Formats: sequence, C-alpha cells, structure tokens
Amino acid sequence: MELTINGKVHQVDLDDDTPLLWALRDELKMTGTKFGCGAGLCGACTIHINGNPARACLTPIAAAKGARITTIEGLSDAGDHPLQQAWVKHNVPQCGYCQSGQLMSAAALLAANPQPSEKEIDSAMSGNICRCGTYPRIKAAIKDAVQFYEGGNSND
Amino acid sequence: MTDHTLQDENTISLVSRRRFLKLAGISSSGLVLGATLPNIQPAWADTATESGNATLNLFVSIAPDNTVSIVCHRSEMGQGIRTGLPAVVADEMEADWNLVKVIQGLGDKRYGSQNTDGSRSVRQFYDTMRTMGASARTMLEQAAAQLWSVPVEECKAGNHRVLHTASKRSASFGELAELAATQKVPAEETLVLKSAKNFNYIGKPVATYDTPDIVTGNTTFGQDVILDNMLIASIERAPVLGSKVASLDDSEARKVSGVVAIEPMDGGIEPPLFHPLSGVAVLATNTWAALKARKALKIQWSESAHATHNSDAYLETLKKRVQQPGKVLTQHGDVNNALANAKDQHSAVYSVPYLAHAAMEPPSATAEVKENHCEIWSCVQDPQSVQQHVSQALGLEADQVKVNVTLLGGGFGRKSQIDFAVEAAVLARKLKRPVKVVWSREDDIRHDYYHAAAASYFEAAMDDDGQVTGWRQRTAFPSITGTFKNGVKHPNNGEMSLGFADAPFDIANRQCETAPAEYEARIGWLRSVANIQNAFGICSFADELARLNNRRPDEFLLELIGEDRQFNPSQGKFKYANHGANWKKFPLDTGRLKQVLKATAEKADLSKLGDHARKSGEGWGIAVHRSFLSYVGIATKVRVEEGKVRILEMHCVADVGLAVNPDRVEAQMEGAMVFGISLALMGEIRMENGAVVNSNFHDYPLLRLQQCPNMSVTLMGQEHPPAGVGEPGVPPVAPSITNAIFSACGERIRDLPINKHMQLV
Ligand code: FES
Ligand code: FES
Repeated sequence: MELTINGKVHQVDLDDDTPLLWALRDELKMTGTKFGCGAGLCGACTIHINGNPARACLTPIAAAKGARITTIEGLSDAGDHPLQQAWVKHNVPQCGYCQSGQLMSAAALLAANPQPSEKEIDSAMSGNICRCGTYPRIKAAIKDAVQFYEGGNSND
Repeated sequence: MTDHTLQDENTISLVSRRRFLKLAGISSSGLVLGATLPNIQPAWADTATESGNATLNLFVSIAPDNTVSIVCHRSEMGQGIRTGLPAVVADEMEADWNLVKVIQGLGDKRYGSQNTDGSRSVRQFYDTMRTMGASARTMLEQAAAQLWSVPVEECKAGNHRVLHTASKRSASFGELAELAATQKVPAEETLVLKSAKNFNYIGKPVATYDTPDIVTGNTTFGQDVILDNMLIASIERAPVLGSKVASLDDSEARKVSGVVAIEPMDGGIEPPLFHPLSGVAVLATNTWAALKARKALKIQWSESAHATHNSDAYLETLKKRVQQPGKVLTQHGDVNNALANAKDQHSAVYSVPYLAHAAMEPPSATAEVKENHCEIWSCVQDPQSVQQHVSQALGLEADQVKVNVTLLGGGFGRKSQIDFAVEAAVLARKLKRPVKVVWSREDDIRHDYYHAAAASYFEAAMDDDGQVTGWRQRTAFPSITGTFKNGVKHPNNGEMSLGFADAPFDIANRQCETAPAEYEARIGWLRSVANIQNAFGICSFADELARLNNRRPDEFLLELIGEDRQFNPSQGKFKYANHGANWKKFPLDTGRLKQVLKATAEKADLSKLGDHARKSGEGWGIAVHRSFLSYVGIATKVRVEEGKVRILEMHCVADVGLAVNPDRVEAQMEGAMVFGISLALMGEIRMENGAVVNSNFHDYPLLRLQQCPNMSVTLMGQEHPPAGVGEPGVPPVAPSITNAIFSACGERIRDLPINKHMQLV
C-alpha cells in the first residue's frame, strides 16, 4: 500500500487493519510518533491527516490511503515551526515522550485558529496526557507561539 | 539512533587503566562515588576503536575540533540530568556549553551508583562533577604551560581556551587536548574549585540539552530502538502474582500473519525481585501482529495464594489493624498517660490506595545475545542492575552484559525495576535474534511494581489551651522489602524514615508504631515512595487539630514544630536513614522547615486560610514536608460547589538548597504538583481476586491540561548544598488539597482518591 507521509510516498506491506502508528514506527522506522496507550486515550501518537489531528494508534492504514499525512518529523523542515520555537523558548519538555503528540495537537489548533482562547486551547489539548506535568508550560508556549509566526515555517 | 542518546564507548574505554586508577582516587573521596571502584576493565571496552578524542578522565574527553564530550552516567527521564550534571563539569572546566556533547554512560561500575532514584543525582554527584571539571581544566592549563614553557600558574582557562596573559598567547581546548591527555592527573587536594561568583552555568537556567531533538521527534526512547533482523515481543503475563502458565493453546495465534514464534516464559517466582513474570510471549515482525496474535492465545493459569487478594477489603483490614496496638518503633514520654489525662482527644484514620507509575512511555527493552555476550538497549533507571540480573538469568558475568541507556519516557521509579530488560534478554537468547519487548499500556498498568496501599492512624491528646500533649501515629502497608524477601510484614527502617518517624514535632509524649500488612502484589518505588502516605496522614491530622482548635493552620503548625533546631529522630533500634546523606551536611533543620511553612502560608490568602465549615465555597489549604533532604510547602486553593471540586491555584515553595539548574528545579516542582494532583484526585489501582482491575487511561486517569490549575514555584535556601529535587514536591500536594477542601466546605477527606467522595470539575 502507498502512504504519503511528509510529502513523500512510501510503500508499506502490512495488513489493512494495521494502525498507522505501527506502519510508521515498525515499518518506516519513523519513531517520532509515540506509543502511549494504543486506545486513543493519551494523544502521544497524534499526527495530521489532511491537516486534521488524528490518533495514529486508531487509524488503520487503509483509512489513510491517499491522504496527506504529517508527522512530527515533517512538522517543519528545520525544526522552526512557531510552536517548536515556542517550546524551546519555554523549555517545555521534561522527558519529551508526549511532546510530539502535544506539538501536533497544538499545530492543528493554531492552523485552524491562530488566536485561540483559553477554552479553545483547553479543548484542543484535552486529549494529550503529559505524565511529567508540563501543562503550564504547554499553555504558555501555545499562547506565545503567535510571536514566532513571522520567522517560523510550517509544512501544514 | 541519534548519536548522543547512546554511549560512544570510546569515551570511557580510552581511559588508560593507570590513569583511571589515579582518578578513582579523586572521585571516590567524600563518599560521592559510593561503590568501591573495581580495577578491571569490562570485556566490551577492549573492543574500543579509535575516536580521535583525547580523554582527560572518566567523564571528559576532547576532540581536535574543540568538541568537549561529557559523560552523563545517570538516566534522563525528564528531570534534566543530561543537562544538569554535564553543565557542572563544563562550568568548572571553563568549557563553552555550546561546544559540549553529552554522552550517555553505559552501565559501568566505575561510575559508582547509576541507580537514578532517590532524588540523588545532583546531591551525590555535584562535588564529583566539579572535581572532574577542575581536574580537566588543570590538565589543559598544564598542557599549555608545557607548550609555551611557562609556569602553570600563569596559564588560565576561560571560555574554552587557555590563555597566557603576559605573552598574549592562547590555545583552544581542541588544540591542547592531546597534550592535556598526557599530563599527570592532579591530586585532588591540589585542585582549586571556582568560586560561586564566577559560575557560568551553575545556578543559571541552562536550556535543556535534548529539547531541540525532542521537538523534532529526533529522539531514541526505549520503545524506539530498532535493530536489524529484530523481532517484536508482546507478552501475556500471569494476572495474579505467583501464578504460572498451566496450559496453552496457541493454534489461533500462530495463524496471524507476521507471527514468528510463541514462547512460554518461566516465572511465578517469589519473592518477585526483578524476575520476569510467568507468561506467553508472542514474537512477530511488527508490533501490531504481536498484539493481535496475543489476543488469540488461550491460556490457563495455575492457582496462586494471592488470588484471594481484594484491594478494597485489604485496605479495610489495614484500617482496622492500625487502630489496634502495634509494634512500637520510637517512643518519647508516655503517650498513654497523656491521652488518659487529656482535656480533649482526637483521632483519625487515613488511607491511600495502590498506585501505578504510568510513565508516558510503557517499559521496553531490546536485547541481542551472542556467545558470552549480551547487549541491551533500554529505558532503565539502573543499568548496573540490568547487568546484574541479566547476567544471572543468562549465566554470564555482569561485565559480559553491555547496557545502553536510552532516553526514558518518564520513570518515576518504575524503570529502576528492570524485569522488562530480563525478559528481552531471555527471549533474544531463545530466538537467537535481537528482540524488542514492547509493553502495552495495559501491561504497564496491570504488571507494575505498585505504590503500596497504606493505612495510618493518629490520635492526639490536648490540654485546656488546645496544646498538643500527646501524639500517637501508627501505619500499615506492604513493604518494598517484600519484593526482595518472603514473609515481610512491617515497613522497613528506610520507609519509616520517609516522613513518618521523622515528623519533627515538639511534643513531649509521642509514639510511632507499625502494624502488619501482607505482601500480595509487586510493590515498588513510586516518586517519593512512602512519603506519599506518610505526609498525607501527618499533614492532614495536624490540619484537623488546628481547625478543631480554631487556629490558623500555619500558626498551629509552627507551634507544633517548635524551636529552630536539628531534629534527629533516631532512637533505639530505629536508625533514621536521612536518605543516605551525611547528617552534618544535611541535618533535619526545623528552622528551614518553618521558613518554608511561613512562605507557603503567605502564598495563600491568610485572611481565609483559617476559614472552614461552610457548605460550599472557596478554601485554602497548606502542607509542608521534608523529604530527600529538601523542604517543600504547597498552598492550594479549591472551589467546592454542589459536591463538585475544582483546584483553582497551587503554589509551591521549595528549599532544595542550591538549585544547580533553577529552570529544571521549577519544572520538577511543576511536574510534582501535577503528579500529586493526579494521585490525590483520581489515583487508584484496584485488585480483585489478585488481578488488577484497571487497564488504561480511561480507568486509571491522569490529570489533563484543562484540569491543571494555575501554578507558581518559589525557590529558597540557595545557600545550602544541593538537595533532592525530583521527588520532594509530591508528598505535600495531596494533603494541601484535602485541607483546602475542608476549608471550602467542611468535608474532611481521609481516604484517597478524592473522586470517590466528590466529582471533579
Ligand atoms: S497512543 Fe494513540 S492516543 Fe495514546
Ligand atoms: S514530557 Fe514526559 S510525558 Fe510529557
């Protein structure tokens, strides 16, 4: 099966029901997308499908066929998406394991709604757990990301 | 893999044995390295190839291109240690942090303890790292002196160069590296450490080394390791401790495409230690196939004595037991007499259920076994423990097991218990192929080493003025010792030193006791360990007494603590562990505790702090606790309306001594508050018929962003030596919340979690 990921076409030879998460991680060796729960409960596996946030652990590859898939590796070419810059500025990550998913959820939010309210941030980020407790900094970084839009690049 | 997450083995293997032994003299002083340093090179180090780096000591090497490589020998799990300790070395050696490459240390006894637990990486290795940095700096200065034929006193390192002012000559560290590596290693007593005012990085918020890789997904965690020809293993484990595979029908599972092998795993051993549990491993070419096939296994499990274990009933039993006379641990005055003659008495029973770690990254380990050699890649907190237990399981010597430590997607103590690495090694040997064992979230929640379910009882005697004249405290919980030894029923000396026997109250008649608790499920270390239940009981009960006496809790607590003094709780057989630290350097100082208490109370609205017994509304609660040699206070504001609770604000005041990287200390306190809120509001693992009922984040929920209150962190006590950071923020969180709830609505919550009593908003 053909999958279009971060602008490149990849071939995967897996059962149709295989979640995209395992196609990415095992087959394509793209491990930036993380496995946290396998059940749509934690957001660690968040990617974009046609620009919308999706949980790779619940998306069978058959459903992603022909779609435009973006992962953390493709969020920006040089690691300078406004959110990536804001994350660095606020030193958001602790262990970092949830952060790919946090960034992908936040990026989808800002792409659709560049000036989100507190409530909108809450609801867009409510599906992403951070066991290390970086929530206060995630919130601050999202609010601050706006200022990096001039210099930042985004692929989505 | 990113090059800096795994060990470049050249770095330490290039240390000549002779030079190393000299250095060992430096690094083993002052108890910092703890372990006796062995004088044998591990087998794998002999295979080292040329790296072009000049090695100055066990931790520092320099490349001709000026890159300074610094080994971080402790595991990174989000606490920022790969930044914190190497930055200390860089500062002391005058290296430019931007030219530093952090090398993750392999499991190797020469580093001393690598068990990244007990909030001790900085407090135990700060001095060592300074020594390593100063030693490297001195060798670079000696090299420059030799190069220019000038006295070494005239050569000064600074900004990644050595400078000879008189002749205006200078050379970069890279240029001097090779010559520096040939210098005599300076004796420790000749080293001059930098004075604090000249620090470049220590005490400053240095940006986290791994952040740029984290935000681009360019990281290698244990779950991310990929080797050629590797199989993925997913293991169905015995649901009850001690039970084993009795029969297996794997015919359906074998039909799943991608499945290569199905292997029963031996286990069911007690004490459980870090042995794999009994189970059936499905090995497949991808994770999905392994997970799918595993669901098709038909397994019968053997009977286990633990199948009668029900956590609800168990906790009820413990709550009854703590109300009966127990085993006396420490005794001052005559508490029975004080109670008999009291004007007023008050008693209360508290409980905390089993808790799971639920680190964001479920455990994972990858192993490759060749003749007389095993290599492991894993997210472990203790690589030397992996060497020990994997070598035992495979019949090898410890130094035939090479352990690469990946990044850890959280640890919180779970990854000090390295059963998953042993599983990978056993399977890799059987399959004669590299194997990655992938734990699912369900595996993680159901086969954890749990935080002990605990009950505690308190009773106090008060005189006419509301002064506390007697205080008895008694606790029961399954000890971690039971993980290593059968038949243990009482908490150990160390657990009683975690904020229980060391409650620093100035009460004439006080008694500390324990009651028995059977070991029914694997018990392990969870961030701040027994401090969780100990602080919950003590800080709650003190608050109850304050409010009974219509006193503001902070003022009441200040009186309970009494004069500024060193409070040593050791008595008779009870030896206060003090987190393994030297008492002179880290006494339990009630003055520091009181300073933190006062600052914490000021974060609350003092005019409202004493309020209580309304039906609903807003309320403040505070709690302070010393653990891991640090003093932390939490002030919490909640709103309770129509039986629903919301945490509005939380403030942390922490005296952790010198904050080597204040930004990461603040981050740890923020994380500790979130961790503490999760366990207080919704943390509960339940077991029925010996098996864990919970399975994933829907029934073991964690705090989410929209539930997270506004927070602040205030640091104090910078003049003291660096103390623990990762854990001490957790214990006071739960009681500060329940104290605030009482203040808001008059309801006293004594059994965690809070969501059993009220809804969360
Ligand atoms: S791994 Fe997909 S939501 Fe948790
Ligand atoms: S940074 Fe560790 S889980 Fe979020």
